[in-house]
Formats: sequence, C-alpha cells, structure tokens
Amino acid sequence: MLRITRAIDFSTSLRYWRGDLSDVENAELFGPLSRQHGHNYRLEVTLLGEPDPLTGMVLDLKDLQQILDDEIMTRFDHRDLNNDTPYFEKKPPTPENFVQVIYEILKSAVPDDLLDRVRLHQDSDVWVDAFEAPSPT
Amino acid sequence: MIERTHSYEISAAHVLSHPSLSDAENRALYGKCANPGGHGHNYGIEVTVGGRVDDRSGQLVAAGLLDQIFDERIRQRFASRLLNDDVAFGDLVPTAENIAVVVHADLAAEIAQRTTAHLVRVRVVETRRNSSTIGAPE
Repeated sequence: MLRITRAIDFSTSLRYWRGDLSDVENAELFGPLSRQHGHNYRLEVTLLGEPDPLTGMVLDLKDLQQILDDEIMTRFDHRDLNNDTPYFEKKPPTPENFVQVIYEILKSAVPDDLLDRVRLHQDSDVWVDAFEAPSPT
Repeated sequence: MIERTHSYEISAAHVLSHPSLSDAENRALYGKCANPGGHGHNYGIEVTVGGRVDDRSGQLVAAGLLDQIFDERIRQRFASRLLNDDVAFGDLVPTAENIAVVVHADLAAEIAQRTTAHLVRVRVVETRRNSSTIGAPE
C-alpha cells in the first residue's frame, strides 16, 4: 500500500458565525473572526492504495482532479462559505469544521474507499487534518 | 479525527557540548556544532493538537489561546536566547531532538491544563534539511 497526494488551491470568504446566536453573542464568542474575511486555502488530498498493475497508478490523477473540481472547486472556490453553501448555517466555518465537511464529501466521492486523509491549510501557519481514527489493536 | 497544527518560528543560539565532556571530546563528538561561541537557527516549531471539536465554538482550542500559550511558554523563554543558558538544558544538550522533548513536555502539561485539547506531536525544524518529531506518528 502506498499514498498519493494531490493539492488544489481555492479562495473563499467566510465569517465565524452561528445562526442560532445573536449578533452580540457571535461577536463575543468569535471576536474579529466574526467579521467577513477570507483565505487562500490549500487542500491536500491523500489516497491510500495499491498501484494498478497495468497503469501503475493508485488512481488516475486526471480522475482525482475531476473529482476535486466537481466536488470542491465548484462548491467552494470564490464562494461565501456562510451564504453560498449549506454547511455552515449553524456551525461556524472554522478550519476544524470545514475540513470535516470536505472529508465527508470526498469520502463519498473518491472511489474504492481510497481516501486516507485531507489536510486543509488555512494559511502558511495553520493547517488541519481529518482522517479515520485508527482502529484499536 | 481532527488535528490542528500551528507553525511558529523562533530564532535562538545553541552550542552542542555536554558539560561533563572535555572541549576536545565535545569537538570530536559534535564537530563544528561544538564551537564555544555558539551558532543559531531559525527554528520552526510545529505544534499539533487533537481532541474533541467544541460544539459551541467549532474549534479544538479557542482562537488565539494556542498562540498565547506558545508565546508565554516557549517564545518568551527561548526566542533570541542562548538555549544552553536555560535550566532545561543544564545536562541536556540542546540538539533538535532534545529541544523537541523539552517543548513537548512543557506544552503537553500546559495545553492539558488550559484547554480541552491534548498535544499530539511537536516537530522542530532546525534547518530546511533536518527536523525532529516527537509524539504520535502522522
């Protein structure tokens, strides 16, 4: 088994905001992050599998890129995470919540249960990882 | 599972020499890194935390708190200093490995005390060509 990683870059706007809280409560809870702001995200998608004996590939990178275009770029690039996507009406688009959303989307979209891990870089200093908990041995 | 990593940079000097060894022995063991005048690095320190994402805030650690803990516990203590002067490195040579050990031990206790998260790993990037990682494997 080996891992392959593909990266994409996209940009969004967002604010840390919970629809079930008042303006004052949101401002208190999230401070400056409750204001509209944005990031250049880098997403690294790692698959774990065996290279196909014929092609030598775990998954054709063209196919993986198509999945990332359809599932991630179309949904999120140059969008407002709070208002242009359905994922953050109640929970704020923190990196922790955002990477969980991306992980679940890709878990369904990547064939043959190949998805191993996604890493979302919010900027050069902060990143988050989502992955399956290792099974207890 | 979710992990969150913050990457910091601090500059510090160190000398690789053990106080119980002679100058000649240190020079033989550590080569140019034993230069008594010391030398310095821009250390990258990557701090990874895990745990349960808080339902209310959507975060593993409240915004700014991890940075605050790092500043108080690590930056103020080690940045722009000679690491050998720190009490932690009295009998412990400040190699990248031992820096990771010291930083990990301090931050693990502090993060456990002040947050609901736990420290997963610490990676010390001494130069672009070497690093040391302690904690759970990635």
